[in-house]
Amino acid sequence: MLSFQLSREQEALRALARDFAKKEVRPVAAHYDRTGEVPWPVIRKAWEVGLLNIQVPEEFGGGGQGVLASCLMAEELAAGCAGISASIMINDLACYPIVAAGTPEQKERWLRPVCRDMRMACFCVTEPGVGSDVASMDTTARREGDCYILNGTKHFISNASIADYFVVFASTGRGLGHRGITAFVVERDAPGLTIGKKEDKMGQRAADTAAVMLEDVPVPVHNRLGEEGEGFKLIMGTFDRSRPGVAAAAVGVAREAMEQAVQYARTRKQFGAPIINHQAIMFMLADMQKDIDAARLLAWRAAWLADRGERNSREAAMAKAFAADTAMRVTTEAVQIFGGYGYSREYPVEKLMRDAKLLQIYEGTSQIQRLLIGKTLL
Amino acid sequence: MKIVVCLKQTFDTEAKIQLDPSGKISNENVQYIINPYDEFAVEEALRIKERLGQGEVVAVSIGGAKTEEALRQALAMGADRAVLLQDAAFEGGDWHTAAVILAQAIRGMEFDLILGGQVAIDDGAAQVTTRLAEILDLPQVNVVTKLDVDGRKVVAQREGDGATEVVEVALPAVITAQKGLNEPRYPTLKGIMQAKKKELKILGMADLGLDPTSVGSAGARTRVQSYALPPARKEGKIIGGELPGTAAELVRLLREEAKVI
Ligand SMILES: Cc1cc2nc3c(=O)[nH]c(=O)nc-3n(C[C@H](O)[C@H](O)[C@H](O)COP(=O)(O)OP(=O)(O)OC[C@H]3O[C@@H](n4cnc5c(N)ncnc54)[C@H](O)[C@@H]3O)c2cc1C
Repeated sequence: MLSFQLSREQEALRALARDFAKKEVRPVAAHYDRTGEVPWPVIRKAWEVGLLNIQVPEEFGGGGQGVLASCLMAEELAAGCAGISASIMINDLACYPIVAAGTPEQKERWLRPVCRDMRMACFCVTEPGVGSDVASMDTTARREGDCYILNGTKHFISNASIADYFVVFASTGRGLGHRGITAFVVERDAPGLTIGKKEDKMGQRAADTAAVMLEDVPVPVHNRLGEEGEGFKLIMGTFDRSRPGVAAAAVGVAREAMEQAVQYARTRKQFGAPIINHQAIMFMLADMQKDIDAARLLAWRAAWLADRGERNSREAAMAKAFAADTAMRVTTEAVQIFGGYGYSREYPVEKLMRDAKLLQIYEGTSQIQRLLIGKTLL
Repeated sequence: MKIVVCLKQTFDTEAKIQLDPSGKISNENVQYIINPYDEFAVEEALRIKERLGQGEVVAVSIGGAKTEEALRQALAMGADRAVLLQDAAFEGGDWHTAAVILAQAIRGMEFDLILGGQVAIDDGAAQVTTRLAEILDLPQVNVVTKLDVDGRKVVAQREGDGATEVVEVALPAVITAQKGLNEPRYPTLKGIMQAKKKELKILGMADLGLDPTSVGSAGARTRVQSYALPPARKEGKIIGGELPGTAAELVRLLREEAKVI
């Protein structure tokens, strides 16, 4: 049986996220976009109402929600501001490897404070020389007694400047490729860990992004997640769960751009008629509507599979690529519909266009998603 | 302290009002919310309970299956239980029949205080709680911006023209909330999950022992003839140029076109 019926709790969560976005996120979106400050007051409020860490199991103080619930929230928050939404969602991304591979003792040690004390976590894969080709990472972890010694630089790490816990992936077996990657939790006060300067970004400027430098950082063996060599699988498993959420965030950004464009096109008159009555504009809006709905359905399907414990890598990749590309196209056309006003910072659509671009890049570029989908066809 | 909160589910404040082909208000693509004034009432009830450290908050609403969402939201905010008054026979009713139904339901409960919103944002009638108080023969204070409750009485503030009225009434009483009374909390994710386990009772005609002629269109004191959208506002006019020419032109237009002077 096929059903698009959300549970009562999912409906309520969506209503909460929508209300939260309307009252707490949208009104401050322009401010954080301009200043690039960390949106602490919003993160704190999200934590108070339970929108932070919604995927962490309840027994450690999290929301105990699945991927679909996370999608419902991401769409609403990102419609308010994709950067603020990302700042909130990163904790779930970073906590997932701990949830998936942590021992009960490790979960207690990190997930509990994340939920109870609003500790922040970040997910460190990318390096200056290693982006899409994750398996070739240069950061190393060398075993020395009860410790691993970590060396390397992680780049473009979301929430790095504000993180308490760093989920770091490093190579414990150079030459083993993806089978040599291992996951560790590094705490902020670990000697040799330093944070680089904050990136000055084009969009999603409310979300913090910075480099993490690891110089002979001793990490106790009991901070290793899973066994040596299990890191790559953990990264991919995390992406399978996070990509539907990124797709849903893209739906939110696109939906916001479309709503703005529709409203504008109804009231803006040229050649004696509201521009929405010019068919070229109306068709642009119609395409937006259909692609946004298609993107949402792809995201929900990928999420639904994950929540049923089924494999969803291909579906997650399809959702992520389609939704991010849709968000880029929709926001670009929204700017077009606004004409000169669309290009002005006084109107909200240019921000949406800048924010959308990043959705095609992080958590696997649109090309990498196609690579994943394409490989299943060989 | 046992507190009953009457709430209504309304269209979202941003909903676009449209008529369907049969001339009724269309609910297509409409998001629903708790009437914002009723949300102040829910919040106040929760704060009173928290301040006193004991008591029960019961949310009551008349409506259909959809209305459960509004009651669940009240439960998620912290209400202890909810009652949905639902029956096909209620359809076609008005503010009077709503008050009759609520009164009958509330008579069957223990209560010290009844809270509601001062007005519903959809029909803007401000009738139901007032009528409810009359039917139950209880004192009422409406449009309240501050409320102090002790065991036996409440002291309520209302903003008048240039002055504040302070009213003291004995309990049980009916109080309606105005904007400014409080800032409603969000229903937390935890609250949403807990709401799942709270009681939401559905009561109909038979449970309430209501007389069929007293509710629905049979009991209604008003009848809707037709609905019409307000006429579209004509575009405004900006008079360009310099003073005093613009002033003269304005006077001419006010006299000859608008015919107001
Ligand atoms: C704001 C921001 C936040 C981020 N947050 C995080 C984070 O929290 N944690 C983290 O680990 N990383 C994070 N990243 C990194 C992000 O995941 C990478 O930027 C992304 O994976 C791409 O890697 P790259 O930038 O090195 O590009 P490259 O991999 O160098 O790619 C460059 C271009 O080549 C294309 N390309 C590469 N390989 C192929 C191929 N085989 N076939 C076709 N095309 C190809 C890509 O699609 C892209 O267009 C973030 C990045 C940004 C910008």
